[in-house]
Amino acid sequence: MDFLKLFGREDVSSKDIAKERLRLILVHDRANVSPQFLEMIKSQIINIISDYVDIEEEGLEVKLTRMKKDEEITVPALVANIPIKRIKHVARA
Amino acid sequence: MGQVIVITSGKGGVGKTTTTANIGTGLALLKHRKVVMIDADIGLRNLDVVMGLENRIVYDLVDVVQGVCRLKQALIRDKRFENLYLLPAAQTKDKTAVSPEQMKDLCDQLREEFDYVLVDCPAGIEQGFKNAIAGADKAIIVSTPEVSAVRDADRVIGLLEAAGFEEPKLIINRIRPDMVKRGDMMDIDDIIDILAVDLLGVIPEDERIVISTNRGEPAVADENSKAGQAYRNVTRRIEGEDVPIMSLDVEPTLMERLRMLFGLKPRK
Repeated sequence: MDFLKLFGREDVSSKDIAKERLRLILVHDRANVSPQFLEMIKSQIINIISDYVDIEEEGLEVKLTRMKKDEEITVPALVANIPIKRIKHVARA
Repeated sequence: MGQVIVITSGKGGVGKTTTTANIGTGLALLKHRKVVMIDADIGLRNLDVVMGLENRIVYDLVDVVQGVCRLKQALIRDKRFENLYLLPAAQTKDKTAVSPEQMKDLCDQLREEFDYVLVDCPAGIEQGFKNAIAGADKAIIVSTPEVSAVRDADRVIGLLEAAGFEEPKLIINRIRPDMVKRGDMMDIDDIIDILAVDLLGVIPEDERIVISTNRGEPAVADENSKAGQAYRNVTRRIEGEDVPIMSLDVEPTLMERLRMLFGLKPRK
């Protein structure tokens, strides 16, 4: 099946690619979030989480995307990907 | 009292001016309405050229606003179509020569006498856009089935809603049924789904638009033009008629005909 994947891009019609890209672009446009705004969120998340866990700051990613709420509805979603190095046990009290 | 409709898009080159010319001509020609088209693209006027009226300009919009001439003196009557008039933009001034308040006054003056005042908006979302929408009560958005055009249309719809426009209507221009069929162009449903607005019309890509623009004769008056037919339908919808969206089926290709001949299913 893997060789099919090699040609996989051809299976997805270019209009579907256009539609998906457009949807994501519009999530950003409509939310009107600046990269600075996302950076702000990112640094605050680091501040809070660092009390409990060691995180890999370079790997931390915060982005605005879309998520399926159910079959029909897709909603904008803020997704944070936080790589954890170590859980700080001191925090458990 | 007539209505003022602005034709806008955000992105340039999607067919605002062609759409304005065709709707304006359509309303005058098919519905015998009294129509004036305002070219609000100051500094880059083109509606006069598309309409073939470029040699008749004496005064322009800025002259009217600055009191150099009376409004009536600046209106160009199209001799081919009864009840059709053009108020050309100034070519040598810039967009700051007019303010939104002045545009609003101008539109209100014109609606006293005309059934329709169509405002051809410049590309962009700055001063020229703000001027063009200032006096309008309705908006028509023109987009092509491309990512960039749809994105800009979405932005403009947002700005129009913020400015108090209810239910802007969409015209999808330059659609290519053969590409839609191949899955290489977004179709009507895709775009409506994304922009969530009402559809006013779909205009197929048509060589005859180039020809009619070359001649300065709007395609809506051309019986042999598919785009012209689509604009005639748009005209009737603006007048409240319930006209179904033109079917954009393409002729099967030779290969597809062969496949059908052998009883094979057409390839999706």
